[in-house]
Amino acid sequence: MSTTTMTAPADKKSHSLALKAGVVLVGVHIAIGLLTLVWLPYDPTAMAGGRLEGPSLLHWLGTDRLGRDLFTQMMIGSRIALIVGVGAVTIGAVIGVTLGLLAAFASKWLDDALAATLDILIAFPTLLIAMLVVAASDTANLWSAIFALGIALSAIVARLTRILAKRVLVMDYITAARTSGSGWPKIVAIHILPNIWPTLSVNFALQFGLAVIAEASLSYLGLGAPPPNASWGRILQEAQGTVYTAPLGAIAPGIALVSLAIGVNLLADGLRDTIDPTRRAR
Amino acid sequence: MTALLSLENLSVHAGSKALVSNLSFSLNRGERLGLIGESGSGKSLTSLAATGLLPAGLSASGSAILAGKQVIGAPDRELNQLRGTAVAIVFQEPLTALDPLMRVGKQVAEPLARRAKRDGTPLSGTALDQAVLALFDEVALPEPQRIAKSYPHELSGGQRQRIAIAMALACKPDLLIADEPTTALDVTTQAEILGLLDRLVRERNMALLFISHDLPVVANTVERVVVLRQGETVEAGNVAEVFGNPRHDYTKSLLAAARRLDDAMEGRV
Repeated sequence: MSTTTMTAPADKKSHSLALKAGVVLVGVHIAIGLLTLVWLPYDPTAMAGGRLEGPSLLHWLGTDRLGRDLFTQMMIGSRIALIVGVGAVTIGAVIGVTLGLLAAFASKWLDDALAATLDILIAFPTLLIAMLVVAASDTANLWSAIFALGIALSAIVARLTRILAKRVLVMDYITAARTSGSGWPKIVAIHILPNIWPTLSVNFALQFGLAVIAEASLSYLGLGAPPPNASWGRILQEAQGTVYTAPLGAIAPGIALVSLAIGVNLLADGLRDTIDPTRRAR
Repeated sequence: MTALLSLENLSVHAGSKALVSNLSFSLNRGERLGLIGESGSGKSLTSLAATGLLPAGLSASGSAILAGKQVIGAPDRELNQLRGTAVAIVFQEPLTALDPLMRVGKQVAEPLARRAKRDGTPLSGTALDQAVLALFDEVALPEPQRIAKSYPHELSGGQRQRIAIAMALACKPDLLIADEPTTALDVTTQAEILGLLDRLVRERNMALLFISHDLPVVANTVERVVVLRQGETVEAGNVAEVFGNPRHDYTKSLLAAARRLDDAMEGRV
């Protein structure tokens, strides 16, 4: 406890550096994503130049094999990735936190049943569950992919919430709140959720990265957002046939994916240290 | 006058194992009762059973009547009305008894607002803030304005325990249960907190159920004691009688141990 409370100056500095890097990385993606709503350099579905052109002033990342501007596609990819990340994590959080709290409060028997179900769900790879959900729905579109990922992520959130809530539930301040006549809903809202939030939020950031990468995988396999939605996974998939002549088509989505996932993680880590008063330096 | 808290043959079981058996005592307004015994003798469980807060897996039988209502077997909703009105508890470890992520002013405001609402005189905004500061004043916290904005980890142990006491007082309870309230504190702070509890119980005319294993502290704080050993009542009566003329071997050994500690301390000084 005291070792984490007393943060050494050097450590603190690296924390704020991580936070800044996270803000910049995520900020760039958000800015680009918002920009696509009002302006795009080229029509994403129309031929904007020759086929498989290299980078130039007109086409910063060159063009794909249909002659579409790659940078335009990448910009739309940012928007889609953000929508998928936020959407999937939100769905996963709502379902997962609700289930986790239920399990934490449930009778021994129900708790065991829920915990076992969650463990089985977690044993399946996230991507596999998402593929099953997408396959079960009639049409593959962006929203079915988001929903599928949200469901797949919720099991991990639920298990984490359950264990965190159980740890808070045995604390004296919960008993103190109950002795003072607080009802359970109020205790959950003002004591339990705030106290599990620091850990949960870091997990949400991890899952944001997972969701973005999983959506790229789904799109790569043709189970994500259908064309002409320019998901990074689909750009990657379309570029693989021409990877030796136009490697940028494969490199750009990879860099974009990694930068967004890392950015969100750095941001969440930094924010937790700023928000949690017990971690703040006095 | 009916008793505020009256236990009759109260037992607490974990499965088939009895943790507290056939405990009986009653407590009137203005009275002070000490519940003493070594760790694991069932002192804290008694207070939890009397307020209907036993953890899952433990069951209580017998009778515990708090402010005229039977607690054993009562639904949680009814108990909730009773808690925070008839009774409040001060816990042993003030650091874990306070929410680490909530400013202490807000933590005290919470039960204060609920009690005010139950009384039909809702408090909010500045009036609520003033009431919190008044409570801080009553428990003799210095710089109440600054402390109200602090988090528990920014305060000293004694200050935290004063906050916990303020939280209990915010409920305006008739019965205050103090569960080893000074065990986690150093000796000087102990004396201050005991003095504070003594003054508050007198001023507010509350009943006090004082749980402790520290005999000198108990002797100075309460009028009557119940000595527990492995969940069974060993001896009960006035402090002077029980401590001055212990009839049971267990009480004698507790007293002897306390005396040995005193002697050792004085011998060293």
